[in-house]
Amino acid sequence: MKLCRAEYKTIAKFTDQLKPTRQSLKLLKERFPHHSQSTLLSIFSLEYQKRTKRSISKHHDPDVIESYYQRYLNEAKTRPSSPILLEMANEVDLSPSLLARVVVERFLQDQEDGVSVSKQVVSSMLREPTLIPDVHLARQVEQCTVNDCCYGPLVDCIKHAIGHEHEVLLRDKLRERNLSFLDENQLRAKGYDKTPDIILEVPIAVEGHVVHWIESKASFGDDQSHRTYLNEQFWSYWNRFGPGLVIYWYGFIAELDCQRDRGILLKDCFPSDIVTLCHGAGPS
Amino acid sequence: MAALLESLLLGKVEAGEAAIWLRNAQVGAALGALRRRPLEFVPFLLNFLRDQCSHTLAHGPATPAKMPSCPKASLRPSGGSGGRGRGSGLRGSRVQLFSPPASPAPAGGHHRGGGRKRSGGSAPTSGGRQGGLRGHQQDGAVACWENVGQRGRGGGGAKGGERQSPPTRVQVNSLEDFPPMTKCPSRATKPSRRINPTPVNGERPHSRPKSCFTSTPLSKPCSPPAFPECTGAAEANVGSPLSLREEREMLKRESSISVNLFCPLCVENLVPSVFLELFFTLQLLTSRSPSPAEGDSVGDNDADVLERGYFRSVHNCVYFAVKVLEDLFELLSHMDKCTLRLLAENERVGLFAPALREQLLKAQDVSTAKVSSAPPSFVHSVSFQPATDNRSNFSSDKAFHIFKKQRDIFYELLRDWEDFHKEPGWQFEAALGGRVRAMVSQLTAAGNHAHFARLFQKQLIQMCKDPRGVASHGDAPDADLLGMLGADSLGRLKRLQERLIQPQGLMGPCPPPSFPGHQEFFRDFLQTASCCQLNQHLKDSLWQELLQLDEVSILGPAAGTGGEGQEEAEGDLEQQDEKQRFSSVLLLARLLAKFLGFISFLPYQTSQPPSREIQEAAIAVRSRVVPVLDVCSVLHGCVRRRRMVLTVPWLVEFLSMLDFTGPYLPCYRTALGLLLRMVLGRGEVCYLNQMLLVAVLGWLFQIPMFPEDMIFREQLDLSEDFHASSQGLDSLPLVDQELLYTCCPYLGEFRKLLAAFVSGSTAKSGGLVRKITPTSAEPRGPPSTRSQQKLEAFFHNQPPSLRRTVEFVAERVGSNSVKHIKATLVSELVRGGERSLREAVAGDGASVPKINDVICARLCDAGMQALEEATRFCSEKGPVALKVLLPEETSPAVLSTAERITKRLATEKACTWLSANITVLIKREWKSTFERVMKSLPNSEEAKEKVAQSCNLDPCGTCAPHCTHQAPRASSVINEMKEVLSVAAGPRDSDETFTVPQLQVLLERVGRTLACRKVNLAPHALLYKVLITRFHVFNHLLLRGGLLTCGKRGSELSCSGGFPSEAGRLLSLSLPLLFSSPSLLFLLMFIFSVTLVPFYIQYSHVTTIIIYRC
Repeated sequence: MKLCRAEYKTIAKFTDQLKPTRQSLKLLKERFPHHSQSTLLSIFSLEYQKRTKRSISKHHDPDVIESYYQRYLNEAKTRPSSPILLEMANEVDLSPSLLARVVVERFLQDQEDGVSVSKQVVSSMLREPTLIPDVHLARQVEQCTVNDCCYGPLVDCIKHAIGHEHEVLLRDKLRERNLSFLDENQLRAKGYDKTPDIILEVPIAVEGHVVHWIESKASFGDDQSHRTYLNEQFWSYWNRFGPGLVIYWYGFIAELDCQRDRGILLKDCFPSDIVTLCHGAGPS
Repeated sequence: MAALLESLLLGKVEAGEAAIWLRNAQVGAALGALRRRPLEFVPFLLNFLRDQCSHTLAHGPATPAKMPSCPKASLRPSGGSGGRGRGSGLRGSRVQLFSPPASPAPAGGHHRGGGRKRSGGSAPTSGGRQGGLRGHQQDGAVACWENVGQRGRGGGGAKGGERQSPPTRVQVNSLEDFPPMTKCPSRATKPSRRINPTPVNGERPHSRPKSCFTSTPLSKPCSPPAFPECTGAAEANVGSPLSLREEREMLKRESSISVNLFCPLCVENLVPSVFLELFFTLQLLTSRSPSPAEGDSVGDNDADVLERGYFRSVHNCVYFAVKVLEDLFELLSHMDKCTLRLLAENERVGLFAPALREQLLKAQDVSTAKVSSAPPSFVHSVSFQPATDNRSNFSSDKAFHIFKKQRDIFYELLRDWEDFHKEPGWQFEAALGGRVRAMVSQLTAAGNHAHFARLFQKQLIQMCKDPRGVASHGDAPDADLLGMLGADSLGRLKRLQERLIQPQGLMGPCPPPSFPGHQEFFRDFLQTASCCQLNQHLKDSLWQELLQLDEVSILGPAAGTGGEGQEEAEGDLEQQDEKQRFSSVLLLARLLAKFLGFISFLPYQTSQPPSREIQEAAIAVRSRVVPVLDVCSVLHGCVRRRRMVLTVPWLVEFLSMLDFTGPYLPCYRTALGLLLRMVLGRGEVCYLNQMLLVAVLGWLFQIPMFPEDMIFREQLDLSEDFHASSQGLDSLPLVDQELLYTCCPYLGEFRKLLAAFVSGSTAKSGGLVRKITPTSAEPRGPPSTRSQQKLEAFFHNQPPSLRRTVEFVAERVGSNSVKHIKATLVSELVRGGERSLREAVAGDGASVPKINDVICARLCDAGMQALEEATRFCSEKGPVALKVLLPEETSPAVLSTAERITKRLATEKACTWLSANITVLIKREWKSTFERVMKSLPNSEEAKEKVAQSCNLDPCGTCAPHCTHQAPRASSVINEMKEVLSVAAGPRDSDETFTVPQLQVLLERVGRTLACRKVNLAPHALLYKVLITRFHVFNHLLLRGGLLTCGKRGSELSCSGGFPSEAGRLLSLSLPLLFSSPSLLFLLMFIFSVTLVPFYIQYSHVTTIIIYRC
């Protein structure tokens, strides 16, 4: 759904103080009952990521890490059955999954005699806490990752799945319309240096604008992410394939759709007003 | 010369005879010693006319005449852009009048001003000049025009009325003379002789222009009534009516003689730029500033005939102009509608030549010239073509990736330029210079110049090929609106004019070369980048494309090579297509040539003309360098083959980029001489074709770079060339008015001038002179054509189209076969190799590099079957394609021979390429596959698992046979599972519980999701990992009823490798179990009912706990 910037700002502001928990999501839904849940979650997630980016460095300070770890060790002894890490994460305003990662990293350092372990290993432990040699820590980590709705392996996994599903959806829609296209994998096989999700073999017109390529984004299009996408993807596609269409399935700030005449069209769903150039037929 | 002109004006020599003399001499009939004289006479006459009008035109835009006063003047350093001829307008001796000043000429712009001032004597100031002028028009002219039943003067007059009248008001109510200018008070005092306007009788046949002045008595009522009152006043003002009449007669006669001398020059193209003369004529027509009644000199019978002020009165100017317009009617009638309309509605034309007016109105209906109505073209990028742009076209990965970035930066620059370049104070160098150079230096580092040059050139072509898109921003609206409104809506026009014409100003018909629209970006980019490698690559490819355009692209239906032209029917449609093709080729060639010229002469560009010594030294040095383009041979070639209409316009663009010294280099000097001669050349050239040539050449001769002393000197003979061929493009009706105006936007100046007159504007030319300078480049030999003797023999007596078709089909089929082989054979081989690799890696022991080598060698061997494949492909497809393309009537023998040749050529092409490249191709493909496979195995421990996994992950056909793909999406299922898990793991509120049915539903959904592969085949194993991990817990609990203690964690993982089919199988097994076994149900309840179990689902120890509790 398209939101005007003011609406978006209201939502973004509301998420300001929220922790990335399922309780927060509930609050969000109650506060904005008329907005789609996925849009709300997507906005929250983007806003939370911005928040994290701003503050992550202070949590990565070695002294800070040490204090987190020591506190965990202490509390693990005093109240082992409590959700120690989760509570700590909320207290220091850090994503539980990220805190879990920090602590696991620090824990492994002890285990490996000070040699820091590779990121891959840590990631796999977060993904699969049974790999963590310490059962208690494993449980704490598990608790963090399943309770985090913005970071963590489960969230990543869901995001991948959503992205993939929308690409499949897009391809299905195109096939329904008998529109012939090349997908990303085919393009990569041909050696394209930049690959949108879809390149139409025969361009179409959407709402009067020619479309050569389509990019599917299973997220909300806010200023920052749209700017990044423009610079890293959309303009590059335009530079190679001409004008195209971006579908932000979870909506976008309406004001961002200002490059239509320049060849980048934004939609929040698969367009209905499609004119195929070869037949000149209207929307079916 | 002066004597000749004098005797002509005095009627001693018949003007007609002179015209014949001029014409013949010009056309090249050997007149011996006389040969040079007409050449000298032409500039003499033109200068004379300009000089005569210098006062009258003080307010009009400059007619940038480049008229060397003295043909013998050598190397003039100054460009002399502004009316040089007029500059010498002293009322002194003849020598002064028609010769350049002895001292070095001041900069062009000053010429005119200087001349005017001197002629005006001690002009008070120019301060009140405009107001004065308008005031006079109000008082004098308007009254008169209104008397004769004409419309008012609109804005100009009204405005003038508010102004203060100038101090020197004389003859305010004189019909025939507009009052003098303030700047010439001294002369204004004694008005004596002037010509009365003699309205031309409407019935007078156009063919008798000379008679118009002979016998129209003032008393005779003219077609516009209410004349006498005014004329009476005028007569009262002057002395004896008789002597007035005599003088008038004399002036009329002399004016007629001027017309009779001037017109043939224009009609016969004996002037350097007929459009310049036409502009001059229109300036006379629209002249506003009545020069100070130069009656003193005019009236002085003793004064030298050459020094009389023939054009000192507006009436004489208008008379002269209208006469000329009548004679040039054919040319006029090809102007655009809007110009014709403005001209027809011009009150002076209506008054002086009603017949001309009628003709103009008629011509307007016929005129098809639209001025730039094309919609602004949408800007497109250059499309990425794998064949030229993918990794295999670059020397290294690094080069490839750098170019990827460069392409994006290039467009970023372009977009920034589009957004900001019109903002005040914006400068290319300051805003983009750093980024341009950073990018270009990367080019050098990566050796990507050729790639970038190609991108640059293609983008240039895409954005600038059709200048109409650009023009429509500035020119089209006013043209259309003016055309719509005509001269009637003067008030509105006035406003329009203020909005549209003022800011633009009149440039005159010969503006300096420019880079309109996006061309500016490309020019500034090259200038800023200043990269010699890039420029060289660009020169190479521009020249190559230009040659192709000039040589190949246009073979009009009737202009084909050899006899082929007649074969093809020449329907209207085809002709239209041909015209369109010509137009696009011409426009493209002009664009490329301009940029080729720009780059070629860039190193020599200077903002000022060099001093003579420097120039001579430069000539000496540069004469030895072979020029980038052998202009002369191109020129001779196009004349010989009668393709001037295509070649000359682009050559003109190329040459317009010359630097100041360039024209003096032998090669260009000769070429310019040839071109000068060419203006005059006749032949079977279509009128509009000729008009285009005349317009572009006329423009070239007037731009700042062109040395004025070259005009009328360097005319070389092309006559041999002219007769060499009778067939060519020149005689085809290829140019239409739209193309003419597109190529020569300056023709729109006529329209602006007339519109400005209508709206009372005194808009003046900005006199913008942009100086452009040139370059030289390496010579390049002609591309040698490959010839195959046998084929030559067969094709010799066949129509050329057969050969073209055969070669085309062979080329395409051969190329397609290679593509086909890449897509089928090679990719199959590589896929097989991948399977072998995965198997081999999964098995134990073998070293990966060795496996790699073995597989690679095997693939390369297998690749040799590509040749057979290609042969088969070509033999199959070639004849099919050929048959469709050849005429049905082709004899069987010819057809089968052609088919055999096609097959052979195609196969040769394919096999030559394949045998040279197939191994490399396979190796490359294999290398990337190998790397991809190896990358997917992060470490050797997991290798086997991953291989097994990826082998199982066959994207096709793992859905159940009747799957409707309606399964819940993985994302939502995982989300739900996460929800359950988070509640289970806590912390949770007391109301957060799950019932068994809820969990059953979830499990059932998980099962369906896992069973359907369509949507849920996420590219990331990660997805499965999470599902698997969580699922495993279920699985262990459910399937084994919790009786099985979990194995070590590693085995859980390796189990997960078999997922998802295995997991799906397990789940499908477990679900029935789940529902059939109360104990399991209980167990599940036990696990999930969070009220019972504080921590439930945690791996082996959890399981153990659960079991324990059970």
